[in-house]
Amino acid sequence: MSWVWANIDRLFETSLTHLWLALVPVVVGTLVSLPLGWAAARSKAAKAVLVPVSSLLYTIPSIALFVIMPVVLGTKILDPFNVQAALTVYTIALLVRSIADALAAVPESVTTAATAMGYRPLGRFFAVELPLAIPVLVAGVRVASVSNMSLVAVGQLIGVGGLGFFLLDGAQTSPPNYAEIIAGILAIVLLALVVDGLLALLGRLLTPWSRVGSGAGGKA
Amino acid sequence: MNLFQQIFAWLTDPEHWRTTLGIAGIPQRVGEHLQYTGLAVLVSALIAVPLGAWIGHTGRGGTVVVGLVNSLRALPELGLVILLVLALGITYAVPALTIALVVLGVPVLLAGTYAGIRNVDRSVVDAARGMGMTEWEILLKVELPNALPLMFGALRAASLQIIATVAIAAQISLGGLGRYVIDGFAFREFDQMAAGAILIAALAIVVELVLTGVQWLVISPGLRKARTTRVKSTQQRALEPASEST
Repeated sequence: MSWVWANIDRLFETSLTHLWLALVPVVVGTLVSLPLGWAAARSKAAKAVLVPVSSLLYTIPSIALFVIMPVVLGTKILDPFNVQAALTVYTIALLVRSIADALAAVPESVTTAATAMGYRPLGRFFAVELPLAIPVLVAGVRVASVSNMSLVAVGQLIGVGGLGFFLLDGAQTSPPNYAEIIAGILAIVLLALVVDGLLALLGRLLTPWSRVGSGAGGKA
Repeated sequence: MNLFQQIFAWLTDPEHWRTTLGIAGIPQRVGEHLQYTGLAVLVSALIAVPLGAWIGHTGRGGTVVVGLVNSLRALPELGLVILLVLALGITYAVPALTIALVVLGVPVLLAGTYAGIRNVDRSVVDAARGMGMTEWEILLKVELPNALPLMFGALRAASLQIIATVAIAAQISLGGLGRYVIDGFAFREFDQMAAGAILIAALAIVVELVLTGVQWLVISPGLRKARTTRVKSTQQRALEPASEST
């Protein structure tokens, strides 16, 4: 515990870096996934390309993707951007499929009714289909955020920074600084749980209809 | 020489494929990687499948499984591996790594087995009971064969996660393909790092393809169609992404 109090400033500062590294990819990935998921839900051809490519990308282990990124993007090897780009790829790979499934699961009677009420395709997407897909979208975003939190720590193997620093730093002294390693692990778990909780709350706020009546929207 | 040529040259250098004077070649590193992975997957399955089958069959403790999977997803693999190897000492590095990998693998397989058995149509189970099958027969002849698609999905997810974690275990002086990335980083040899990364990715993809092939052979043809048309239950949806995080 004494290590924690002596280093509380550094822990706090590094936590902010960690959050930045993990969550920017979630935001960017979500924004990219929405049009891709929409395309995959609409066209069979788009789905036939996007779904296998997503699962292939998801298969690649994190450390390998972190190192392959600079080869593909032409960035510097030690640029933290590589890790963020790789995590964005994972987020997209995870979300495209679930968004496509969620949009495809909107009952046809609902979309037909919306069309009959005068919605054009784009307006209908934002006013009807997207809100009905929110529970699935939020579930996917929560998984992506939590797993990004622990993958940023792996990024420390190629020197990206964030809380992973304490895991490696604590292992380098002799005897090992267990307090530092455990503090690093707990900080990562704690941050992940807080972010997960906040996203769950956001999901509830965005779908007020799921809390009243039968909650038909929430189960779509 | 540009970067691609350097990586290609590294990968095709015959020196890197031979084990000479105690310097491990690529085949030996692949062997180590698969050995750590195989052992951990086997131990995880021996723990998770019977337990998951029991929980799924009796329906007791299902919420515990879901909670366990969700909370373990936040645990950083790297931290767990480092902590266990330091705690058990470097002489026991392989058992320590195996324990860490099993801690990661068990929840995924447990959730897959549990969800697979829970998702078997209750009317099928009732019919089996009505025919006079004992509870053991129901579990072994009806529930488990029907649960195989989800169980195999979990097996693939667990194997991939374990392969990925073995790759980062090179940080604590263990073998496997992660060595090339860690050593390449330490000596600033980017060709070695990138070649290692490509080998790790290739290994993961090959293992995924082999397991998908085995799955196709093992699972009853009657279940193939049903899988694609059946609408996923919310519980299955909740469990599925969990088993995918690398």
